[in-house]
Amino acid sequence: MKKTALWWLAAGMLSAACLPWFVNEDAQGPLSFLSGLGTEPGASLLIRVAVFSDAALWPIGLCLFALAAVCFSGLSGRRFAVALTSVSAVSLAVLVAYGLTADLPAGLSWGAFGLASSMLFLLTSGISSLRSANGDAFVVGLIGAVIVLVGLFVFFPIAHVMSEAFELPDGSYGVSRFFSLFFAKEVWHLSCLSGGGSCGPAVNSLFLAVCTGLATTMLGLAFALIATRSGFRAKRLLRMLTVLPIITPPFVIGLALILLFGRAGVVTDFAHEWFGFDKTRWVYGFTGVFVAQLLSFTPIAFLVLIGVVEGVSPSMEEASQTMRASRWQTFRHVSLPLMRPGLANAFLLGFIESLADFGNPLVLGGDFGVLSTEIYFAIVGAVSDSARAAVLGIVLLTMTLGAFLLQRWWLGSGSYATVTGKGDSGRHCHMSRGLKLTCYAVALPWAAFTAVVYSMIFFGSIVALWGYDNSFTLAHYTRAFGFDFSDGLSLNGAAWDSYFTTLKIAALAAPLTALVGLATAYLLVRRQFAGKQIFEFGTLLSFAIPGTVVGISYILAFNVPPIELTGTGAILIIAFMFRNMPVGVRGGVAAMSQLDKSLDEASVTLGANSFTTVRRVIAPLLGPAILAALVYSFVRAITSVSAVIFLVSARHNMATSFIVGRVENGEFGIAIAYSAVLIITMLVCIGLLQLIVGQRALYRADRKRKNQLSPQTATT
Amino acid sequence: MSSQSGRVQMQGVQKRYGEVQAVKDLNLTIEAGELVTLLGPSGCGKTTTLRMLAGLEDVSAGKITIGGQDVTLQAATYRNVAMVFQSYALFPHMTVMENVAYGLTVSNLPKRTVQAKAEAGLETVGLAGYGSRYPSELSGGQQQRVAVARAVVLEPEVLLFDEPLSNLDAKLRRHVREEIRQIQQDLGITALYVTHDQEEAMAVSDKIVVMCDGEIAQMGSPLELYTRPSSAFIADFIGDANLLPCRVAGVEGDSVDVEIGAVRVRSRSNQALGKTATLAVHPHNLELVDLGNLNVIPGTVRMAAYLGDHMEYAVECEAGELFVADHRMTHQHQRGDRVGVRVEAENTSVLPS
Ligand SMILES: Nc1ncnc2c1ncn2[C@@H]1O[C@H](COP(=O)(O)OP(=O)(O)OP(=O)(O)O)[C@@H](O)[C@H]1O
Ligand SMILES: [Mg+2]
Repeated sequence: MKKTALWWLAAGMLSAACLPWFVNEDAQGPLSFLSGLGTEPGASLLIRVAVFSDAALWPIGLCLFALAAVCFSGLSGRRFAVALTSVSAVSLAVLVAYGLTADLPAGLSWGAFGLASSMLFLLTSGISSLRSANGDAFVVGLIGAVIVLVGLFVFFPIAHVMSEAFELPDGSYGVSRFFSLFFAKEVWHLSCLSGGGSCGPAVNSLFLAVCTGLATTMLGLAFALIATRSGFRAKRLLRMLTVLPIITPPFVIGLALILLFGRAGVVTDFAHEWFGFDKTRWVYGFTGVFVAQLLSFTPIAFLVLIGVVEGVSPSMEEASQTMRASRWQTFRHVSLPLMRPGLANAFLLGFIESLADFGNPLVLGGDFGVLSTEIYFAIVGAVSDSARAAVLGIVLLTMTLGAFLLQRWWLGSGSYATVTGKGDSGRHCHMSRGLKLTCYAVALPWAAFTAVVYSMIFFGSIVALWGYDNSFTLAHYTRAFGFDFSDGLSLNGAAWDSYFTTLKIAALAAPLTALVGLATAYLLVRRQFAGKQIFEFGTLLSFAIPGTVVGISYILAFNVPPIELTGTGAILIIAFMFRNMPVGVRGGVAAMSQLDKSLDEASVTLGANSFTTVRRVIAPLLGPAILAALVYSFVRAITSVSAVIFLVSARHNMATSFIVGRVENGEFGIAIAYSAVLIITMLVCIGLLQLIVGQRALYRADRKRKNQLSPQTATT
Repeated sequence: MSSQSGRVQMQGVQKRYGEVQAVKDLNLTIEAGELVTLLGPSGCGKTTTLRMLAGLEDVSAGKITIGGQDVTLQAATYRNVAMVFQSYALFPHMTVMENVAYGLTVSNLPKRTVQAKAEAGLETVGLAGYGSRYPSELSGGQQQRVAVARAVVLEPEVLLFDEPLSNLDAKLRRHVREEIRQIQQDLGITALYVTHDQEEAMAVSDKIVVMCDGEIAQMGSPLELYTRPSSAFIADFIGDANLLPCRVAGVEGDSVDVEIGAVRVRSRSNQALGKTATLAVHPHNLELVDLGNLNVIPGTVRMAAYLGDHMEYAVECEAGELFVADHRMTHQHQRGDRVGVRVEAENTSVLPS
């Protein structure tokens, strides 16, 4: 334990002595910081204090000195633990106070982060040994690290949005302006009801979200019932639907709808020529966004509801039937009430997704402004009004958080608890005829429509100019992804740059996301500690924060010292990490709940510490889950747009923001071609994953079979 | 293989889960090299006690020492205690050899020592040559023995078993429990063993601790518990005894005369008794005879079952239903027969009601 403390102390000393304290704009290249150490902007803490007499850093230097004194003091046992805990807690507080209040010339850099981590881990190892000499430093350290990361990259930015919203023009803080903006007429007005134009964005968002939530739940239920309770043949095809939202870049559905129903769309043309309908822009507005959101989010509802529908215990239905209830009565009075919490959950999910959706309203919204797009326009519009963006962000956040809290409350605290398999035999009864026909009538045309929409992506990418010049061409692909062998390979397509940046950032973000997510899952499933419920809530919260809000909160928080990240690739990676973290957490929790806890305990009683247990027992057994978390966060990073669009920079342009640019210029062909390439990229990734995971499963089955065949095992 | 065995002491140990008091003020000493069994109905705190000793659960109050050293605040990793789990908890991604070597490997012993000790461990449980298999390629009994090997190669001071046999079928259970007892005695390890099954407990233990509601109801050798239960609960739990309400007619030292209706029995008791008490009689100490005999309890046979080496009867009488095991089988009674039940006084005991 003392050894751990000495290691962290050494790390802190090293950071203070040899790593630059502030971000140094002059230093370029990986090792250039060394030469910069001697100059004022690039100096380390030690050099700033000793040579450049930076008085603001004195307290931090003193803290470091005090920590060293504790570590070498010769105290031991509980005394040492108490001394270490208190001194490092004070040091950390001093460092945080410095970061928040001092007048910093630039953003903090590696020296500061190194020192902060070392103080944090000195604190956690102190805490872990407060109770006994060999407390679990690894677990306490992990808890500390996750808390600090989530605090820094989820709560700190949100706090910035709040402070932006509550700041008065004269620099002081107050609620007067906030309330006037929050309840402003232009946000909430209802003139659409009285026929005078459109409503405020908050009203629009709410109305759209309720409609989308209800409709996706109904459609999802119809699909789920068909998939689980009918003799329908192509069930596997239905299940493939669930992969669609994961691999669909955000604008694709909107664009495909434009190709079908826009002024130059196929359907519009057809209706005009054969039936004499006027060519209108009806698809731009509520209807278009609603249809696009239905297409986007129905598969999510389907996925949730399959679990719900299957979760209704067949024995209950059988019991009902033995009491002479008809199939319809059984469904109406037994199954449906049992599904009610699941239906509510699906509704709230659809509701949140719709509120947070950015791509579809951006492409199809027209005059129908919703909060997420209004936030974007408040930042990128003619006059950037970050206060307005902040207030709109808070309005949006209030709605999504409200729905999130409702969902948590509805599902109870243990929403994680998977249905643990008490073998419940019996078969789900089939639907009654009327119900079945209704489901087919609703779901099958919708499935066909989905297929048409997705096939538009293919056609859209090979048609020269949709509606005007319908000849087939590969020009869009060559413009985006052209390459040339004339002298060596040169990639001269316009999209290569952002394509590779996207892959690189996503590939860097994926392992970090998986790491944070799985570490959190480990703490949630396997560890008991004070405040665990709050911890769980905090880590899941980022799920309920819409991407646009993340976007503005990051630019508000990380554009100024103490932490300056805007314009770097790091801010993109971090944004992905904390946006996709809940996915990793959920996956990890599900996988870890399947691992018998006695495996960990066996390892621990055999003398392994928690870290060794995680490394040698849990991680190898979680293999497939880790892989899935990796691929999933990779894919999500590729398709994410709402947060990204605020955070990209000239040096780090991402695929989705490139596509937004094309869409805004009306170059649909190239945008769709790019989307098609992204879809194929992601399909390849998912395919590879299935191959690897599938083979592992095969391998196991193989071993089982060998086991059964082996004659020796039968003896003894 | 030798092992330094330790004496285990739990003093005033308590465990609370919020409102639930899973273990209340437990005082227990296990002498070095002894095998002690925790026995009791479901939810009485056996597993909790075991896990506190392993360090997997914090104690809410009290003190635990192993080999004289206070380990109350020590984490499981650092306690010289090994545990065999009900589910075996073999690591499915490691071979049998890797499983057995795991504890040695993580304590950074040299490779050669690890190999040698692990092989010796497998030898001890009779599984030499199975090292390269995976746990999924072994039968249940073999897996259980691997789990034992994995625990004993560390030469722990204390070995813990939590219902180690409950996943095995009845025949194998008998076999493996003898093996476990053998290994424990050969190595001279102190052991604490949790089970539901009183026959298993009687068969393997030096001492049995019966728990009830988080407290020790009685502890002692199997013989003591069987012949001198201290309460009706023990008599029922250990010996499936019939509990007959009776009237105390006279006390002389530790011999007591009691009356059940008109029947008078001389039994013994070492506890203070009131006017009424409970007579505990094992089923095989009751005999069915003709009604005409003296000093018998009259009753009607309600159920008769033939079980090969003995007959079982349920007899309805005034004091309640009596459960009789007849090993002599001189006469088979039928359902509905009027019979007299004779009590063999030697092996009964009188308990406070
Ligand atoms: N993690 C926990 N949280 C709350 N209560 C618990 C917890 N673990 C055990 N208990 C309670 O403590 C009591 C003792 O549990 P324990 O597992 O020790 O019983 P047991 O004697 O091993 O039972 P069994 O024979 O069924 O295994 C029970 O009432 C149980 O409900
Ligand atoms: Mg138990």
